[in-house]
Amino acid sequence: MDFRFVYMDYNATTPLRPEVRDLMVRALDIYGNASSLHELGRKARAEIEEARANVADLIGAKESSSVYFTSGGSESNNTVFNTMFLIGRKQARRKIITTAIEHPCVLNAAVHLKEEGFPVVFLPVNRDGLVDMDAYRAELGPDVLLVSVMAANNEIGTIENIGEIARLAKVEGAFVHTDATQAVGKIPVSVEEWNVDYLTLSCHKIYGPKGIGALYVRPKTPIEPLIRGGHQENGVRAGTYNNLGIIGFGEAARLAKAELAEYGQGVGRLRAMLRDLILERIPLVRINGHPVQVLPNTLNISFPGAEGESILLSLDMEGIEVSTGSACASGSLDPSHVLMAIGLGPELAHGSIRFSLGRYTTEEDVRYVAEKLPPIIARLRKMSTVPLEEFAQKIR
Amino acid sequence: MDVFQWLYSDTVKDHFTNPRNVYDPEKDKDFRPDAEGMVGNIKCGDQMMFMLKIEDDIITDVRWKTYGCASAIASTSMLSETIKGMHIRDAYHIKPADIASRLGGLPENKIHCSVLGDKALRAAIDVYLEKKGRAGEFKDEDAQIICKCLNISDKDIEEAVRHGAHDWYTLQEATKIGTVCGSCRARAEELLHEFVHIYG
Ligand SMILES: Cc1ncc(COP(=O)(O)O)c(C=O)c1O
Ligand code: FES
Repeated sequence: MDFRFVYMDYNATTPLRPEVRDLMVRALDIYGNASSLHELGRKARAEIEEARANVADLIGAKESSSVYFTSGGSESNNTVFNTMFLIGRKQARRKIITTAIEHPCVLNAAVHLKEEGFPVVFLPVNRDGLVDMDAYRAELGPDVLLVSVMAANNEIGTIENIGEIARLAKVEGAFVHTDATQAVGKIPVSVEEWNVDYLTLSCHKIYGPKGIGALYVRPKTPIEPLIRGGHQENGVRAGTYNNLGIIGFGEAARLAKAELAEYGQGVGRLRAMLRDLILERIPLVRINGHPVQVLPNTLNISFPGAEGESILLSLDMEGIEVSTGSACASGSLDPSHVLMAIGLGPELAHGSIRFSLGRYTTEEDVRYVAEKLPPIIARLRKMSTVPLEEFAQKIR
Repeated sequence: MDVFQWLYSDTVKDHFTNPRNVYDPEKDKDFRPDAEGMVGNIKCGDQMMFMLKIEDDIITDVRWKTYGCASAIASTSMLSETIKGMHIRDAYHIKPADIASRLGGLPENKIHCSVLGDKALRAAIDVYLEKKGRAGEFKDEDAQIICKCLNISDKDIEEAVRHGAHDWYTLQEATKIGTVCGSCRARAEELLHEFVHIYG
């Protein structure tokens, strides 16, 4: 097949949808400060409130006033953990339960609380990436302040049982937060069905602009600003409104909601096709993540004997963009904490690739990847010091 | 320098996509090396093996294998070309920086990856010297003194790590490093960490 450019890193970020882009180009001139009382300000405010309603609708929130705009997933998550810090330092109920596979912005916020003396538990997960519910039950008690579990994992795509996790937490009176950054726009997300108190989402994962996100906060649930200043966002998040980002977010959210079912089927079929072609053409591979309870676009595979960064760069030279579970490219030698948490062991974790498909992935793209990948793996395995036979048993 | 900019320089890309002297399990079935050296650990994400043919102390042919990143592959390929026809003493003293400069410099966070090839090469030469009853012949020639009080070099630390000193206390027990003024500790721990990664 002729050289083509194939983007398969949609979990890292997504391109701006043309529809969102068009709307944003128009919105470039909406310069009014949405806090101003005059006409221009009110116009901007109306657009922002419409966007807020669209975001609320996407996550099944009853009132759009429960949605606060932030600069993205990282800020939303930090806002929740900072709130817990401010509440917990004054009371005995201060235990934090989260998981070993969270995004670094949650992990590091949790580590910070631990350094501040809070009891913090990082729950283990099973081989499919699901939270170990026995360990969870054992940690629950009247001292738990917050349970924070991601809705879907960014690296392996496993979808957690947030509804059940929240139900158990509520029995103990704990607050529940879920980082739904990777779930939103890919699977149905409902703050009501899950009964969570806080939910994080980010716009650049749903074909909107970067640097904008939101935090859902259930009415009457405590929330403290991370950024203090003016009275924007009911005093929860200061700073002049980011008109452009918010308007783009609203449109991206509206489209994501309208097309959710169609998206899941389309991308799910392509994921299955890619998985089957790889299994058929490359011996000794391991599919990571839950076999069915998984994001329809995320396919994480270990190729023992071939090192992740070498695979990534070889694919890149063929025009295929993916990401790796080994962090070598970023200068760290540690394998992915998620792959280690599901028990892969460093030998498998270092040779893992995440293919994350999206709205613009085509069947041709999948065939192209399935054609280019096998010789790359074969070449790297051939020059490898790792005896492949050793992995035959380790794979499952 | 940016890692990716470097990886996409023509020389590096060429050595990564067409590595020289890499061992081919089919074509090189009959390659009989006089010495082999292996360092690194797949647990840490990289491992390197060198196979040398040596005649009258001259390296006549070489093969290598790696489980490693693109930078490791490119630097080792370059290294393997450089040492062909070289006296083992000169090969022993090649510095990663020499290889890096032939590849047009090396980004800071990739130095680790290129060091592995050079260590594997030394390990192979050490094996050869040992076989010939000349163990340690080149050892101290380019050693750097780390602990001035006790005259302990980087090579001494390396040696201790290879013999099982994997943490500061065992290293101290084995070498007494840092037990006088203590000012060498930071640098020594850095080296310890590096060698543990390579030989651990
Ligand atoms: C699960 C998860 N949480 C949070 C984030 C951070 O979001 P943002 O880039 O908007 O700060 C990401 C993005 O990589 C993510 O995948
Ligand atoms: S320099 Fe090592 S103890 Fe003084």
